[in-house]
Amino acid sequence: MFTETQFGKSRRRAELLAKCVLGMMVASMIIPLFLIIGYLVKEAWPLLSLDFLFTNPTGGMRHGGIWSALLGTLYLVTLSLLIAAPIGVLAAVYLNEYARDSWFTRIINLAVVNLAGVPSIVHALFGLGAFVLFAGIGRSILAASLTLAIMTLPVIIASTKEALSAVPISFREACWNVGASRWQTIRGIVLPNSISGILTGVILQVSRAAGETAPIMFTGAVFFKKIEAGNIFAYSIWDQCMALSMHLFTITTQVTDAPRALPFATAVVLLGTVLMVNALSIGLRVYLRSRKKW
Amino acid sequence: MDDESHTHPLIRVQDLKVRYGHREVVHGISFDVQKNEIFAIIGPAQSGKSSILKCLNRTLEFIADAKMSGSVEVDGVDVKKVHSVYELRRKIGMVAPLPVGLPLSIFDNVAFAPRASGLHDKHELDALVQRCLEQAALWDEVKDRLNSLGTKLSGGQQQRLTIARALSHQPSILCLDEFSIAIDPVTTMRIEDVLKELKAELTVVLVTNLVQQARRLADRTMFVWNGEVVELDSTDAIFSEQPQSRKTYDYVHGIFG
Repeated sequence: MFTETQFGKSRRRAELLAKCVLGMMVASMIIPLFLIIGYLVKEAWPLLSLDFLFTNPTGGMRHGGIWSALLGTLYLVTLSLLIAAPIGVLAAVYLNEYARDSWFTRIINLAVVNLAGVPSIVHALFGLGAFVLFAGIGRSILAASLTLAIMTLPVIIASTKEALSAVPISFREACWNVGASRWQTIRGIVLPNSISGILTGVILQVSRAAGETAPIMFTGAVFFKKIEAGNIFAYSIWDQCMALSMHLFTITTQVTDAPRALPFATAVVLLGTVLMVNALSIGLRVYLRSRKKW
Repeated sequence: MDDESHTHPLIRVQDLKVRYGHREVVHGISFDVQKNEIFAIIGPAQSGKSSILKCLNRTLEFIADAKMSGSVEVDGVDVKKVHSVYELRRKIGMVAPLPVGLPLSIFDNVAFAPRASGLHDKHELDALVQRCLEQAALWDEVKDRLNSLGTKLSGGQQQRLTIARALSHQPSILCLDEFSIAIDPVTTMRIEDVLKELKAELTVVLVTNLVQQARRLADRTMFVWNGEVVELDSTDAIFSEQPQSRKTYDYVHGIFG
């Protein structure tokens, strides 16, 4: 009774093999990640302190902290989020809920997907041409944020559409059947049940914007700018600013005799900022999912 | 108003054709539904029954490549020319084949439609929700937990919740599209009893592929086959030993289909 057949044996072997291979793939992804983070923190350790965060770079960026770069990144990310999130989410709502399926909307959807794959340096050149030169904004936080917004928009639109179309069509039909308009259906049923997915997509784009160097290099980020340390209103949106990613690039390639720990410490701060944003996104998603109602 | 409804049938469908893209699924159907009758539409799957219902309240418009032609009149008014399509939809209660509890509380599920049309008075809403849930024979089971989720109810309860929601905008026509395919026979019988009671106030259009259900409930029955009407007559005649069409006899007696 219940003896293993030849087929059973080979099935068991395949099962074992699949488990090992898949597990190894996960390990090959996780282990380097922890090695990188561990190495960065170890090298940066002598410099890491609250003081490092809240003081400006000094001595040709060989000493001091990274306050002006950190604040610059926060400005860029916040402003680009304020521009891209409403436009992206509302555009996605239109495309998913209102637009009829025609050749025109199909072209728009195709364009969105393709724009998401455009390299960031191309967005940078577009931002330089469109915002800095043509619109006459000049190199500034505003121009750089607009460029970052343009870069993140397509992905925000695509991920929002994904979240919206995960809401079952039967919910919408039920609402239409009782005489609710499209907007009432969207506000009452569709948005509350897709908000967790929408926010996840938006916040992941925030962390991407924080890490990009190319789009801000041409449009508003500078090597060095002196601002009041510890004052979060030290920049105006018409100013040029420093940014973490740009700062890291500068001190590793341009400043030859900076202390060894400095670029590592900058990298840790940049990484920490991105990880904090991602953690926020995960937390928000867990919270909103727990309120999901089907 | 009353005079008008005596001169018009409540629903008049003439030469209705429905196509999805290039595929026509309803090939010119005509029928009338009188006030306060239960009108059954029977026929196998894919014969165009659900499409007919979608034309009554114009929700066919939400399907990308669907087109209807011919005329559909509800209460003497062509549905293509109504001033407010939302008022048309509120006149017709729709119950879908699979129960759809909206991801809201039981109370909000029923109060959704009245709120969507601007009713926010707490007392009126309370009374309306209770009446609809009572009419749908669900009140006794849920009256102590109106704030729990509608989606957590059992299938049969959700289907009755769907019926309560369809009644919440006080329609004069109730359309049910194979309401019993996802629920057990006991609940089905309960809902059938509910329908018999509702018939005093409402007109019921019942799409079903359970021929015996049509026999139990309907005053008149229309047999649809491949998008065409095979026979439309009183239910007694359809289920008699000699309906006009041999096909009808075969279908209702289970010889094919």
